[in-house]
Amino acid sequence: MLILNCPYCGVDAEETELAAGGEAHLKRYGPGSSDGDFHDYLFMRENPKGVHFERWRHANGCGKWFHAARCTQTLEVFGTYSAQVFEPPQKIKDAITAKRPGWTWREFS
Amino acid sequence: MSEPISALNHASYTGIAKVEECGLQGMITLRGDLSDKVLIKAVKDATGQKVPGQREALIKGDTGVCWMSTDELLVLVPYAEVETKLAVMSNALSGVHALAVNVSDARAVFRIAGANAREVMGKLAPVDLSAEAFQPGQIRRSRLAQVAGAFWMDDDETFRVVCFRSAADYVFKLLKVAAQPGSEVGVY
Repeated sequence: MLILNCPYCGVDAEETELAAGGEAHLKRYGPGSSDGDFHDYLFMRENPKGVHFERWRHANGCGKWFHAARCTQTLEVFGTYSAQVFEPPQKIKDAITAKRPGWTWREFS
Repeated sequence: MSEPISALNHASYTGIAKVEECGLQGMITLRGDLSDKVLIKAVKDATGQKVPGQREALIKGDTGVCWMSTDELLVLVPYAEVETKLAVMSNALSGVHALAVNVSDARAVFRIAGANAREVMGKLAPVDLSAEAFQPGQIRRSRLAQVAGAFWMDDDETFRVVCFRSAADYVFKLLKVAAQPGSEVGVY
């Protein structure tokens, strides 16, 4: 069972209180963008074995969206952080580096 | 005018704890910046309470205020006063970015009382309800089996549960099953 700490209400919420929201930090390519960019935005997702960034919503709780960094292989959670950011905060990156040296994910490392 | 009536009209059940529907409760959902002075004063005027901190519930009887999220409060007032209180509150908040709505008739409230109240709730919500983790003065929004619900403790053996009115019958049946005689687990 996955347990994530909601950064808004501070609760250690288990999976059944949460709703998964797919991959984190997607950049939207809308009207005016090239077909290639729009295609990649719509369809191309990371599917890593290891470090991964996701969006979650505390649906049966405070209702807020947040980000989570976790390992898809071991289900280890590196940390959760605010939804109002474009990239993982340094604290989260450091926590991942401590456990998974040399990790990369899209343009982050 | 027709007489307002609560979802289950004080239905009750006694097993390892007493479960009862509390009847009508005035409730106002208030959203806005919780650090705004105008909002803080509006909450004080309506309930006599300060704005609660994270997951705090400041409640006396049927008046009080609960922390629902970083920008949402649940204001409890007696059912008969809800329209007047809401009018005063909306008026006070007219100049700030905030929203207050009367949700009294969209909700149902239950009381679970007795030495095994923690057990009854613990069977339904994925929440640590041990005395060290959950105490009077705290509120927890979670789920009760398959529906959303929030609850707090009035004292060490009494919970109050708020759910959507449309799910009131389901929640009452859940509570009845969880409170069946002989169903003590003995964890808390």
